[in-house]
Amino acid sequence: MKNIKKDFFGNQVLTDINFTLNEGEVLGLCGENGAGKSTLMKILFGMDVIRETGGYEGDILIHGEKAVFSTPFDALKAGIGMVHQEFSLIPGFTATENILLNREPRKTNVISQVFGERLNTLDRKAMKERSDAAIDKMGVKIDPNMTINEMPVGHKQFTEIARELSKDQLKLLILDEPTAVLTEHEAEALLASIRNMAAQGIAIIFITHRLHEILSVCDKVVVMRDGYVVQDVPAKDTNVPEITRWMVGRSVQSAAATQIQDHSDAPILMSIRHLWVDMPGEIVRDVDLDVRQGEILGIGGLAGQGKLGIPNGIMGLYEAGGTVVFDGKEIPLNSPRKCLDASLAFVSEDRRGVGLLLDESLEWNIAFTAMQVQNKFLKNLLGGAVKWRDEKAIRAVTQKYIEALQIKCTSSRQKARELSGGNQQKICLAKAFALEPKFLFVSEPTRGIDVGAKSLVLDALKQFNRESGVTVVMISSELEELRQTCDRIAIISGGKVAGIRPATDSSEELGMLMVSQVV
Amino acid sequence: MSKSQERLGQTRFGQLASAYGLPRLIITAFLILLFILAPFSGADFATQISNVIARFSWNAVLVLAMVPMVHSGCGLNFGLQLGILAGLLGSTLSIELGLSGGACFFMAILIATPFAILFGGGYGLLLNRIKGGEMMVATYVGFSSVSFMCMMWLFLPYSNPTIVMAYTGVGLKQTFSLENFYANVLADFLKIDLSSFGINLIIPTGSILFFALLAFLMWAFLHTKTGTAMTAVGSNPTFARASGINIDRSRTLSVILSTWLGAVGILVYQQGFGFLQAYNAPLNMALPAVSAILIGGASVNKASISNVIIGTFLFQGLVTMTPTVMNSMLNVGDMSEVIRVIVSQGMILYALTRKTEGSK
Repeated sequence: MKNIKKDFFGNQVLTDINFTLNEGEVLGLCGENGAGKSTLMKILFGMDVIRETGGYEGDILIHGEKAVFSTPFDALKAGIGMVHQEFSLIPGFTATENILLNREPRKTNVISQVFGERLNTLDRKAMKERSDAAIDKMGVKIDPNMTINEMPVGHKQFTEIARELSKDQLKLLILDEPTAVLTEHEAEALLASIRNMAAQGIAIIFITHRLHEILSVCDKVVVMRDGYVVQDVPAKDTNVPEITRWMVGRSVQSAAATQIQDHSDAPILMSIRHLWVDMPGEIVRDVDLDVRQGEILGIGGLAGQGKLGIPNGIMGLYEAGGTVVFDGKEIPLNSPRKCLDASLAFVSEDRRGVGLLLDESLEWNIAFTAMQVQNKFLKNLLGGAVKWRDEKAIRAVTQKYIEALQIKCTSSRQKARELSGGNQQKICLAKAFALEPKFLFVSEPTRGIDVGAKSLVLDALKQFNRESGVTVVMISSELEELRQTCDRIAIISGGKVAGIRPATDSSEELGMLMVSQVV
Repeated sequence: MSKSQERLGQTRFGQLASAYGLPRLIITAFLILLFILAPFSGADFATQISNVIARFSWNAVLVLAMVPMVHSGCGLNFGLQLGILAGLLGSTLSIELGLSGGACFFMAILIATPFAILFGGGYGLLLNRIKGGEMMVATYVGFSSVSFMCMMWLFLPYSNPTIVMAYTGVGLKQTFSLENFYANVLADFLKIDLSSFGINLIIPTGSILFFALLAFLMWAFLHTKTGTAMTAVGSNPTFARASGINIDRSRTLSVILSTWLGAVGILVYQQGFGFLQAYNAPLNMALPAVSAILIGGASVNKASISNVIIGTFLFQGLVTMTPTVMNSMLNVGDMSEVIRVIVSQGMILYALTRKTEGSK
């Protein structure tokens, strides 16, 4: 791949990506979330999103020839196979049927002679031979006649890979976090089969967060960060700490957080014990955490490790268990209202889904929660029997926050849907601020917003904390952001707290914690 | 916004169409055309206007009954029959008690209320279990409840001779006149009748005032804390839940309100129409109401009082104007029913295929 560039709506996500891959070579691709790994693979595989968002710059050369893939089918024809993170298998079909779906060897019969080849019958015997051959290529044993829904998850993964292998022209196989769902034992088998396939001349791009797997199976390692390839080295010349440093190490020597405050003698405001949360994709297994009064605590970690599950579980949006004691009182879980009554507030990472009433005015968005929970912005008519919406007070509070947070909008009656991502995020913050909480959860406050809005949002949070003395817990995938804003940082890995460090600690150390218990 | 809308938005007609809603525009134009054609078909203009206003006053409350459920995200109340049945129970029991006139009408509302709360509560619980498929299930709730009540009309021990079947003396009559009970009790209140001046214009002021009162109460309710919560539940249930709202309770309340308005709506309809129709008749009431509010510019998840007023006027205008005008012009028998069906079902179909925002 040469000089690959890609931007989404002017937002440069890939810059000058260059690397080469030889036949039979295994390339390990790693980088933090958002480093550009998936985008790169989507370009390579000719996915529709790339074309729809304006294509890409640069060339992909295969055997010295320029290749242009406008659809995944072109990529398949050119011998590129991809195994995605999510399975795409038909549960009721057997492994053989799934492996050869829509590419089955067929026999003609009388009816198909008359009505055309769509009525050919399947050649079961040839199918079995071909799927057996594909499974042998992997070098593992799975039963070709077992239906997918009866298989353990590891075998499903192998079936996916066998499907790619059964394509005769396969030259390059992309595996996107194939071991993420596997047990250690299954992962070992997969790594063995990767070596096996490479020995047969298939080039493999292997994406994973488990760095030791890369070292054990890959010939070379490519590390990406912020859309750049930062390192391209043979795997035998490197080690896990070094890769971690490359992954997270932007401006390592610069900016440790400014004005960190030490709250270690402040009283504990919230104490979380044995918290579990069943949030799909972000499962929290067993979290113990103490939050001290007045601090900004950062929660970091890789995607899928459970950091998002913590606020969502405590605030009652997903099923949770364990004990949470806030301000000396235990908070009942699974009840958003009780949390809000206890003066907790939450800015969700899912702005559009949870955070906003997209089709209502900014006034409603900002005032609604405070109105419902605390009876603010209401006039009592008929001796309190009727609680009437006080439009004037609502407009005033909205105007206040529009000015304070520099929200760009045509008026306070504009619909939330019409605002840009950054301004929507500010509305979400204003909603939480209007509650005047004692404790604020902020989840991914800067996801998907531009740099200018980002610093404004972070400054607003910091100001809110320092001036109003509100305790803030901020969850973010971006380590640098946490280091700049927070006093302490807790790293979540494998649904547990891997460690809590002061924000002054180096990115490498925090990065090591991130991958320490990855499951 | 869909692509076709964007393309439309480039022309001036398109701007008008997207601001006012294309179907509403077409139907308004059609209605104006009918009014222009009416004198040529030999119909008296003032009579036509009177008819439209009268039918507006009969139906407006039934259309208003759509509003709460749309606000809470339960969609259009295709199960309006449930409310109508509560209303029928109210009116028959009130008649059975031997009341007449205004007392009979208001007693009917009073008796219908507990039934509406009971029916609406159960209906609400049901709808809370099938979120996302409310409108389909509502349709079947309507059908099955009407059939169930068909049996009940036969079995309930009504004894007032004017309302039970003539031969057997058992079971409710199919249709009976309300002449001696509460026909026109609202309509005659402050009635404006210009026929003594040679103009055939009659305005049932009382019925319209009664609707205005209910519409005002609805509007006021949507401005209270509870009403605001209901709208938020419809707009984004997850947001509402994260704000500590009990979504199910909000939705159930909206269904009860809708059912109660359906009950009151049928009583208003009866007093204007002058007859009470039992058995399968309620089946014909829900779709026109749904259709009317959609023509008024509401969508599956947004509806306002102005949608109700405009929609009822347009829909009823169409229904009353077409028979006189079209029949005299085409002379092929009763076209009005055909046009009514095409407009009402077509409107519902149109609205369901595109879940966009409603217009003001």
